[in-house]
Amino acid sequence: MSEKIRVLLAKPGLDGHDRGVKVIAAAFRDAGFEVIYTGLRQTPDMIVNAAIQEDVDVIGVSILSGAHMTLFPAILDLLKEKKADNIILFGGGIIPDEDIVELEKKGVDKLFTPGTSTDETIEYVKKTVAERKKDEKIM
Amino acid sequence: MFDKEFLDENAENLKKWDQEAEKFRAKKSRPRFITVSGEEVNELYTPADVDGAEFNNKVGYPGKYPYTRGVHHTMYRGRLWTMRQFSGMGTPKQTNERYHYLLKNGQTGLSVAFDLPTLMGYDSDHPRSLGEVGKCGVAVDSLADMELIFDGINLGEVSTSMTINAPASVLLAMYLAVAEKQGVPFDKIRGTLQNDILKEYIAQKEWIYPPEPSIRLITDLMAFCTENVPQWNTISISGYHIREAGSTAAQELAFTLADGFTYIEAAMKDGQDVDAFAPRLSFFFNAHQDFFEEIAKYRAARRIFARRMKEKYKAKNERSWLLRFHTQTAGCSLTAQQPENNIVRTALEALSGVLGGTQSLHTNSMDETLALPSEKAVLIALRTQQVIAHETGVANTIDPLAGSYFVEAMTDKIEADAEAYLDEIERRGGVVKCVEEGYLQREIARAAYRYQKEIEKKERIIVGINDYVMDDEEIDIPILRIDESVEREQAAFVKDIRAKRDNDKVKRTLEDLTEAAKGNGNTLKAMLDCVRVYTTMGEICDALKPIFGEYVEPPVI
Repeated sequence: MSEKIRVLLAKPGLDGHDRGVKVIAAAFRDAGFEVIYTGLRQTPDMIVNAAIQEDVDVIGVSILSGAHMTLFPAILDLLKEKKADNIILFGGGIIPDEDIVELEKKGVDKLFTPGTSTDETIEYVKKTVAERKKDEKIM
Repeated sequence: MFDKEFLDENAENLKKWDQEAEKFRAKKSRPRFITVSGEEVNELYTPADVDGAEFNNKVGYPGKYPYTRGVHHTMYRGRLWTMRQFSGMGTPKQTNERYHYLLKNGQTGLSVAFDLPTLMGYDSDHPRSLGEVGKCGVAVDSLADMELIFDGINLGEVSTSMTINAPASVLLAMYLAVAEKQGVPFDKIRGTLQNDILKEYIAQKEWIYPPEPSIRLITDLMAFCTENVPQWNTISISGYHIREAGSTAAQELAFTLADGFTYIEAAMKDGQDVDAFAPRLSFFFNAHQDFFEEIAKYRAARRIFARRMKEKYKAKNERSWLLRFHTQTAGCSLTAQQPENNIVRTALEALSGVLGGTQSLHTNSMDETLALPSEKAVLIALRTQQVIAHETGVANTIDPLAGSYFVEAMTDKIEADAEAYLDEIERRGGVVKCVEEGYLQREIARAAYRYQKEIEKKERIIVGINDYVMDDEEIDIPILRIDESVEREQAAFVKDIRAKRDNDKVKRTLEDLTEAAKGNGNTLKAMLDCVRVYTTMGEICDALKPIFGEYVEPPVI
């Protein structure tokens, strides 16, 4: 029996541009994931709490406002604090390459940039969740 | 326009041509021939596709009802469109420097981009502003910031557009206060305030209060300006953002006009004379990539608006019938890959805006998928407009594409599609109802998803994204970065302002504002008093929250 992959999609901070996150949400839903979309203006706290409550495998964060170096680390810190850092954190938006390198070093699993296809993100989630579940079985 | 004999002969010729063409049709250069909005485009358009009998009524003449060919008699021969680059970054001082740079290089109007905290009504030192200050526009907390932004710029000599919505009245109050300090009388002030809250709920999503009190703020502003700031465009009723969110051209047109009509009805209900305020309503459209679809859209826009203003709202002043608009080239059409290609995209989109008769134009910079525009990139964007204006000859004659079988057919089609949406919105109870029920948001999200799927199935090619891809490209252009020190500086500055001002006066003016808001007082007038004594924008917005409430959107996918 295969369980549905559970994904929380979130818009943190003040950014209101939700075209991308909604396209991802629709694509994920069509791909068979269980999608929970938090809506706009979420604080890192709200996102992490919702993720834990909804028992998701993955959190996908969309940031186009330039505030990524503040918001991603805040989410990472909270996940660690609440012992929920087995949840995979990925994201997309307007994020310069140097910042992607830094954020991925800090623990963001993957950051996608403009031009990425929804298929690529779907494959990424499937693969990453499968690997994580395998690791957890071994542990 | 075409007599029966001519049309019969045309039909014969078309039939012959069609039979001949059939032997070539097996070979197709692309899988589908659709516009950006997904509309099928015919192989060929002929006199059979246009309503020749209706030329005088439907196409007509520039500056004359129904204005399909343009809102003014002489259009660009009298005055070129305003070259108005949307601009703002970091601190007010940095923004002021960019404004001087743009004016020096031939820009003919100013346009202010504010940062997210300002757009949402938060001061730079608010906890919600963390990480966001100055990142996508200029930070404004008080009149002191506005003074710095316009340092060395005479507000009696420029026109300024301000892209601000939820706290728009506050920013206009600040602009007027700066003018006051410069000694410029209000009746000399020219410019535009975006101030279009309805499209925020629909697309841009930058709000504070719920629809009803937000519309009240707008009608208050309209009343104040009609009397005191007669050259100011009170709203820039916008389709740009609706389109950026993924809508089709017909949706962009219809939803924008529906928003406009909602404001008109609200102001009329408020007792304002339509012929007093309508001449100062303006519009703002996207210039997306499908060249002819966009031109058709602008022409249809003018025609639909003129007709409804005259026939439905019974406006008598001809100036009430004019749909004057600003255009911005489509941000969502730009790619992060091979960014120099964006120069080309922007140029072609700008051209469609000009051929569509825009009054004012912003051209995007090539690097805007990566950052705010660098000086180099924004200069190219500005020069693009200047090349179009002076080197291409397209501005030598008015509405050059009129009479094109294709363009007239498309104008008619998009007009019909938009009218159908306007009727549907009306049937569903109006814009506010549609927003509450998520109808408009869903239409847009569906169109956005369809468009993305077309790209992924390669039914739609985007150069550099799903074809002509360069895997190992290096981005070789300067990228602007907003330093983290901006946030610290702004936060410190606003704290300093709060400490040094007359806080008794601030308290009193805020009390007067809340009184006005609770009753029928003019909120803009009250805000003017607040900003004069350096009440901050955050304080003004916060004061109204308990009275107006705060908007929360139920997430719709």
